[in-house]
Amino acid sequence: MENLVQIALQNVNMAAILPSLVLTCFGMGLLLINVFLPRGTTRHAVWISVIGLVVTGFFVYTGWGNPQYGFNDAVANDNYTAFFSVIFLFAAGLTILMSDDYLTREGYPVSEYYPLILFATAGAMWMASGTDMLTIFLGLEVMSIALYVLAGFFRGQLRSNEAGLKYFLLGAFSTGFLLYGIALIYGVTGSTKLTEIGIYLNAHGSLLENPMTLAGLVLLSTGFLFKIAAAPFHMWTPDVYEGAPTPVTAFMSAGPKAAAFAAFLRIMEYCFFSLKPEWTAMLWVIAVLTMVIGNVIAIQQTNLKRMLAYSSIAHAGYALVGLVAANEIGYSGILFYMLAYTFMNIGAFAVLVLAGKKGEDNLTLEGFSGFGLKRPFLGVAMTVFLFSLMGLPPTAGFAGKFYIFAGAVKAGYIWLAVIGVLNSAVSLYYYLRIMVYMYFRDAEEDYAWVSLPAAAVISIVIALIGVFYLGIIPGDVMEMAKMAIF
Amino acid sequence: MTPEMLSLSNSPGLFVGIMLVKILVVFGVTMLIVAYATWCERKVIGHMQTRLGPMRTGWHGLLQPIADGIKLFFKEDLIPSESTKVPFLLAPMMILVPALITVAVIPFGPDISVGGFLIPQQITDLNIGVLYILAFAGLGIYGIVLAGWASNSKYSLLGGVRASAQMISYELAAGVSIIAIFMLSETLSLREIVFLQQQDLWGVCSFVPNWYVFTQPLAFCLFIITGLAEINRTPFDMPEAESELVSGFCTEYSSMKYALFFMAEYANMIVIAAIAATLFLGGWSAPLNIGIFTMIPGFVWLLLKIFSMMFFFMWLRATFPRVRYDQLMRLGWKVLLPLALANVVITGLVVVIF
Amino acid sequence: MELIFFYLIAIVAVASGFLVIRCQSPVNSALGLVNTFFCLAIFYVMLHAPFMAAIQIMVYAGAIMVLIIFVIMLLNLGTEARKRYTTGVVWSAIASLLVLFNVMYFIKRGRVTGAEGDITSYTVESVGHVELIGKALFTEYLLPFEIASILLLVAIVGAVVLAKKEV
Repeated sequence: MENLVQIALQNVNMAAILPSLVLTCFGMGLLLINVFLPRGTTRHAVWISVIGLVVTGFFVYTGWGNPQYGFNDAVANDNYTAFFSVIFLFAAGLTILMSDDYLTREGYPVSEYYPLILFATAGAMWMASGTDMLTIFLGLEVMSIALYVLAGFFRGQLRSNEAGLKYFLLGAFSTGFLLYGIALIYGVTGSTKLTEIGIYLNAHGSLLENPMTLAGLVLLSTGFLFKIAAAPFHMWTPDVYEGAPTPVTAFMSAGPKAAAFAAFLRIMEYCFFSLKPEWTAMLWVIAVLTMVIGNVIAIQQTNLKRMLAYSSIAHAGYALVGLVAANEIGYSGILFYMLAYTFMNIGAFAVLVLAGKKGEDNLTLEGFSGFGLKRPFLGVAMTVFLFSLMGLPPTAGFAGKFYIFAGAVKAGYIWLAVIGVLNSAVSLYYYLRIMVYMYFRDAEEDYAWVSLPAAAVISIVIALIGVFYLGIIPGDVMEMAKMAIF
Repeated sequence: MTPEMLSLSNSPGLFVGIMLVKILVVFGVTMLIVAYATWCERKVIGHMQTRLGPMRTGWHGLLQPIADGIKLFFKEDLIPSESTKVPFLLAPMMILVPALITVAVIPFGPDISVGGFLIPQQITDLNIGVLYILAFAGLGIYGIVLAGWASNSKYSLLGGVRASAQMISYELAAGVSIIAIFMLSETLSLREIVFLQQQDLWGVCSFVPNWYVFTQPLAFCLFIITGLAEINRTPFDMPEAESELVSGFCTEYSSMKYALFFMAEYANMIVIAAIAATLFLGGWSAPLNIGIFTMIPGFVWLLLKIFSMMFFFMWLRATFPRVRYDQLMRLGWKVLLPLALANVVITGLVVVIF
Repeated sequence: MELIFFYLIAIVAVASGFLVIRCQSPVNSALGLVNTFFCLAIFYVMLHAPFMAAIQIMVYAGAIMVLIIFVIMLLNLGTEARKRYTTGVVWSAIASLLVLFNVMYFIKRGRVTGAEGDITSYTVESVGHVELIGKALFTEYLLPFEIASILLLVAIVGAVVLAKKEV
């Protein structure tokens, strides 16, 4: 008996899971504290969870440059994990800050919202840190289940119900694909550890000779491509993004997407490096499809949440270009781009959160007529975020796209880079249209309902700082991203 | 040379033959007990309520079960026209079969040697025996739920709905209460659990066997209570509840189908009694490690234990009123399950420390 | 002998799987699914994984499907909801057949091989399946096992948040 206990404990290395452990503890503590907090307001929960995120951030910071492995190689707390953890923490923090008044306005001041976001963030961190298929899978599930609930959080609203149910059903389906892929790969290689899979496939692996490897790779990719909303697995995105509560949409478009990229990238690089020509060819097609479909359909949208949903599909496509490039600049470009995208997209959603009336029926192009002149701060912020989404200098979006396309060119995918730039040009149209409505249309209303609560303003300001910092001095962060990749 | 355990590989003919004999004997004995348990229950409850119970057919009504059987057999078999036919027909079988299947892993004696082979007195010794029991115990519920739904009558449906909620809730507590036993025995095989219970009590008291009821009294109580709820016996007979739901899920059934439900109820009683006897009361082993007791064959002890448990169940039926539904749920989720979990935690601590 | 048994069970499994998607009444579909779970349990036994078989029956057939049937019974679906979506059956059938042929083609032309593991069916029988799984869960896969508990916690919180009358 003691023997077993010793075996069980000898692989435990708490330093390898410290950040996610701290975050989970805050989440569980918050669940308990919520019982004693006054109902009807969520202010206390907001600050407790922000403290939790900051403390977690501190532990992420201490983990930088000090890689820790543990639990029989199930988890690695290396620079890669740390970089992505920062992305998740920013996504969660910005989301939480903008949620407080929003939840009260929409009539659902339920404090359990915040622990769910914390748990989703912890799940994302397990996805990024997992070096075992099972850790990654369970992290993905923790994150997804929290998100299913958050998407359907406004249970009195049909739209939110639809979003929750749709996301749940399709998400469960895609998880099935992912798990099936893991099972097949396990069947081929006899291991769930990423490094061991990689070693086995490198030694034995011609892809077409063993149909199980092929099927496993395809199913695994399908599962992740669903989560990052790449075409042709993007169908759920518009409905879910439109129906979910706006801060949740903001979070979903940044944090979980980055998490899926983190796990996908690590798996591709650790397990399937010997099959790089095969999977880059597959992802080439998907990247092009994703960019084109996202941008072209976004043109027709008049509902802003829906438009940003399609634009988020397009951005997933840009990031996939970095994966196709499969070189140092491409990979670190993905990391950089995900961080940049977190700031610019969550910032844009934060403006939508503040601009919306109860029920959010006014978040259309028409509803934004003259918004920029009546509400100058929000108007300017929105303009900056849109510029960044378009990829214009001196914003984060430009630097991100620059690195990713540079990676593609360096890897010899000139046409892919060209298609990417053309798509960016297409995207100018619909982003600029929002600005046209904001500044060059006469205001039909005075936007008196728009208030500027402190927490949400902090969130927007942080996002602005992030967008400009990454846009003007991208070099520092890019250096860190280069240190973070393998 | 120690005799080999008989298996399909070393003597296929003998193995299959002996298997068939064992199955037939166990099945026959179970059905016989089922038949006479009905008589017994009526007698016991009758006497407890200062009545005599059945007296007319045979000496003290001994032939009553046979008379009942003939009556039910020759009754007209009614199928309600609005019912859903296939599930309606399947339901009675689906409730009886799991109960009978479960008996297969109950050991009823030590190994005996025949023709140079060791033969266990047990239909089959699975190394996941207890899990097997738990798995099949959970399936009896389909019969009840389907019977309730397929009858297309509101009383039946209410009975079925109640049954599914009740059995799912109590299955958890039942499973968790048994886990404490595994933690002590470190095996799931019922055969080995019985052997372990023949050792000295706590390693000191040489003539009292180490029955788990002494080390795990709380688990025993929990198992009996949850077991009663699992098989829908009073005081947990909510799915039938004749005073509110006519006859619950079997309202629309008649003739042999009704008889099957009736048999299933008693077969389930036997199963729960047999599991309790095997897991907590030393199975077929004698209550005291004294020569005279150990001379008596194992199956006698097992039957004695089963009968006393069943008598206890009947006694409960005569004594307790039916609990209300919300009380039932509160008891299951807020009392029994936490107690069972606490028991597991305490047992774990004790096992690790000592 | 074992092969015949396998084909027998496989036919039953596929047939009940077909019932699941073709039955008019949802309860019958659910019963078909239960039957499929049973067949899977039998496959597990044949693969020397008795623990998986028991858990399969206990968890899927014994708990999850009962809850599903419970819900179906309580909802008492109207005729509208009972109608199966029949549009595009032909196309999906063709697509499924194509996928099937595709898979069969690749299996035929390639070699399905895999790594040899340490644990053979002999180890499973001598050490015990439960012991092996328990040991793997608490040593090698300790962290995933613990994350699973967080997963369940999140699911419970989520269910309460979405379903409770007053939160």
